[in-house]
Amino acid sequence: MSDYEAVIGLEIHVQLSTKTKMFCGCSLSFGDEPNSHTCPVCLGHPGTLPTMNEQAIRYALMIAAALECEVPERSEFARKNYFYPDLPKGYQISQYDQPIAVNGHLGDIRIHRAHLEEDAAKLTHVGESGRIHGSGSSLVDFNRGGTPLVEIVTEPDIRSAAQAREWAQLLRATIRRLGVSDVNMEEGSLRVDGNISIRPAGSDELGVKTELKNMNSFRFLERGIEAELIRQRELLEGGEQVEQETLHFHPEDGSLTPLRSKEYAHDYRYFPEPDLVPVAPTEKMIAEARDSLPELPAARRERYVSEIGLPEEAATTLAFHEGYGEYFERALGAGDGAPAKSIANWVTGELVAALRQAGDEDDPLASKATPEAVAALAGLVESRTVSHGAGKQVLTKLVADGGEPAEIVEKEGLAQISDSAELEGIVDRAIEAEPEAAEQVRQGNDKAVGRIVGAVMKESMGRADGGTVTKLIKERL
Amino acid sequence: MAGDLIDLTVAEAAERIRSGELAADEYFDAYRDAASRDSLNAFLWTAEDAEEGGDGPLGGIPIAIKDIFCTEGIPTTAGSRILEGYRPPYTATAVRKLREAGARVLGKVNMDEFAMGSSNENSGYGPVLNPWDSGRVPGGSSGGSAAAVAGRLAPCAIGTDTGGSIRQPAALCGIVGMKPTYGAVSRYGMIAFASSLDQCGPLTRDVTDAALVLQAVEGRDPCDSTSIGIEGGIGLPSSEDLKGLSFGIPKELASEAEGIESGVKEVFERTVALIEELGGEVSETELPHAPHGISAYYVLAPAEASANLARFDGVRYGMRVDAGDLTEMYEETRANGFGDEVKRRIMLGTYALSSGYYEAYYGRAQRVRTKIAEDFSKAFERFDFVVTPTSPTVAFKLGAKTDDPLAMYLNDYCTVPMPLAGIPAISIPAGLAAPDDGGPELPVGFQIAGPAFSDSAMLDAAHALEGAIGFGGNGATT
Repeated sequence: MSDYEAVIGLEIHVQLSTKTKMFCGCSLSFGDEPNSHTCPVCLGHPGTLPTMNEQAIRYALMIAAALECEVPERSEFARKNYFYPDLPKGYQISQYDQPIAVNGHLGDIRIHRAHLEEDAAKLTHVGESGRIHGSGSSLVDFNRGGTPLVEIVTEPDIRSAAQAREWAQLLRATIRRLGVSDVNMEEGSLRVDGNISIRPAGSDELGVKTELKNMNSFRFLERGIEAELIRQRELLEGGEQVEQETLHFHPEDGSLTPLRSKEYAHDYRYFPEPDLVPVAPTEKMIAEARDSLPELPAARRERYVSEIGLPEEAATTLAFHEGYGEYFERALGAGDGAPAKSIANWVTGELVAALRQAGDEDDPLASKATPEAVAALAGLVESRTVSHGAGKQVLTKLVADGGEPAEIVEKEGLAQISDSAELEGIVDRAIEAEPEAAEQVRQGNDKAVGRIVGAVMKESMGRADGGTVTKLIKERL
Repeated sequence: MAGDLIDLTVAEAAERIRSGELAADEYFDAYRDAASRDSLNAFLWTAEDAEEGGDGPLGGIPIAIKDIFCTEGIPTTAGSRILEGYRPPYTATAVRKLREAGARVLGKVNMDEFAMGSSNENSGYGPVLNPWDSGRVPGGSSGGSAAAVAGRLAPCAIGTDTGGSIRQPAALCGIVGMKPTYGAVSRYGMIAFASSLDQCGPLTRDVTDAALVLQAVEGRDPCDSTSIGIEGGIGLPSSEDLKGLSFGIPKELASEAEGIESGVKEVFERTVALIEELGGEVSETELPHAPHGISAYYVLAPAEASANLARFDGVRYGMRVDAGDLTEMYEETRANGFGDEVKRRIMLGTYALSSGYYEAYYGRAQRVRTKIAEDFSKAFERFDFVVTPTSPTVAFKLGAKTDDPLAMYLNDYCTVPMPLAGIPAISIPAGLAAPDDGGPELPVGFQIAGPAFSDSAMLDAAHALEGAIGFGGNGATT
């Protein structure tokens, strides 16, 4: 994309995890029996009226505070009119020209607005097409209908697919920290659409944009946007125009197909919802939302880098992943004297890998390896009581069975070899076993040391200190 | 005997039932018999058995419910074929409150489809006939409510008023009809026509009965965010004079109004003279934007209706016409289920809200609405109430205006400005007048409107005037 610049904005729908729906008393649900969470209001029976969910407003104000948005004195609901079987009233109650929050930012990306609305019901189309057209019949589950949503719209500040993915992950981590949503992309409680255009690098004008839908994981978000950027560039390079349209991303093969204009070309005929009074958040409500904010991922990452001195990548892993972040904070609090940096290395390196292998990476705090144990392990390695290699074995044991690192070291005989005579013997045998490598080292090829060190580690079961071993080998050759 | 019973007012009957002088079941049976012999096409559904009555202020009183109110398990059609066979899974707040006050649902009464009309000729279930002259309309949209009360088929009824739908039929049938302040009565369970205008109110034989019914239904309802109720509730009216009260006559809705029948004018002037006799002060005033009320109303109400009626799509309840695909099912269902006037207003409203036209129509109509409200506020700085004829004409002949929607819309000329301003207004029968098109004399309504939440004071003034008018209400021939 050297000659073209990507211009990307995101529209993110966040399902709020309130107790009840946006405009009626039905409880929220996921995966329950279809149409078991409905009432005359959310089924759109004649004569029913919406009533506001105050918790949804409080949650929206928390999101507004986290995104450092302005909250206008009053905001209003409107009716967005269109016919579709997932919309029982024939209109969606949404905020239109007076949203609850405007002009914020998260990191470098500006937030245009955030508004409250109700979710549609869930349609299942019977038949091969999977779409309403051409399907024999369609089923509607109104359980989801009326779930409170906050839609967040960014300014077109994003310049690459990778940046879109990274920023969306930051947003997800931020909202997760607020505790106002499950933000699960697979289950649809977090949905990200992209508005994508390209323009000649350095230009200030905006190109024709397309809207990209159905990217239900972060990986697909990046892949989908990447595919669309390539498609647009090829069009322009071939002398063609980009058409304004909505595209559907197919994760199976990475293809993009336009959604039928008949389904999505609408004049929504917005007008103020006469059944609801305007929302006028009080100063107190806004202050309460602000005061209830926990340390947010962006701030936490910043603190890890500047105060603890963690490298950017480790800081990001810990700050953006709610589970690892909390894990790390608890390990730090264990106070075993191990430096924070060393604990961070264990958590973001070996622990992440081990839990991933065990398939438990989503909830590290539920692991048998407690944060206190990992902190203690980091302390043992730091004090050279065990070598780094032996430490890995201890961690594997911790993840599998739990327990205390010191006891495991004792029981398994993993303590570092401190008897220099014993270590020298092992080194000598290793040099003998690897004559080729030894010759190379003699000729000045330092890289070959590794093979001999490996042989030492193998014999010592990882209990030797790598630095000492290397020193001993070099002395001898 | 039954003849005597059905001549009682609600207040009288309730008092006799309370004292044990009258058996509630006997009273109910008298009305059920009358309703079952309904020759006016007023009732769409009649109760077979009397509901449990309570001993509240309306203890044992049968009441006719406009078919726009949802009643659990009882057919509710809003006068539309699209809701034929629909039995709601819940009950409207107003009906629940009436039952709590001891009233018993006597039946569901006919109306213009989705409350759109001024003659009841737009009902999907046939027109209602005026009990004074069965060749004439009862007015609308609460025509069934008005005809049932005037025709002695029900002692009282509730209806809904959006642009005059309680007051105009009350006037044409010679009874009392009141549209309370917007927000006085919950709209929950009332099938919406134009949500920012719709309001539930009583249709009764006299002002005291109207107060009794309003007393029961009024109040803040957590299910309707726009409901407020009336602070202090509704008191029973007792005034016998109008001393110390001032009445403004807006010239735009009276002396300068076009199309007011001479007989209606005469009755109006006679009634104004009675106000002065009762000690009230009367002078002319102005509501400069009121003449634009009809234009604004016929943009705003259809706009809201176009969205409110979108839910009748054949997917979940009511009529469904199966067709090849989804769009066709929508089209066929709505083409078959809705009548012409409803379709006309949906199209008007859809157009008014369309991209590119919104400002010119909806936006402008909203500004006119604000101006009309300001006009009233200004008038109420000087006057306690404003008075006008309720309807420009007495009851007109069936079919007289069905081919001319604009002429039909002008029926609401004097009643539309009040709901646009959200203020209460009542129509009381003021006398009889011969129609311009000839024939025997028919009832004429007199309208009193007051500032928002002046409902009790307005009822009080209407009570005093009612006493002085002495309208017997015995002209109904059924």
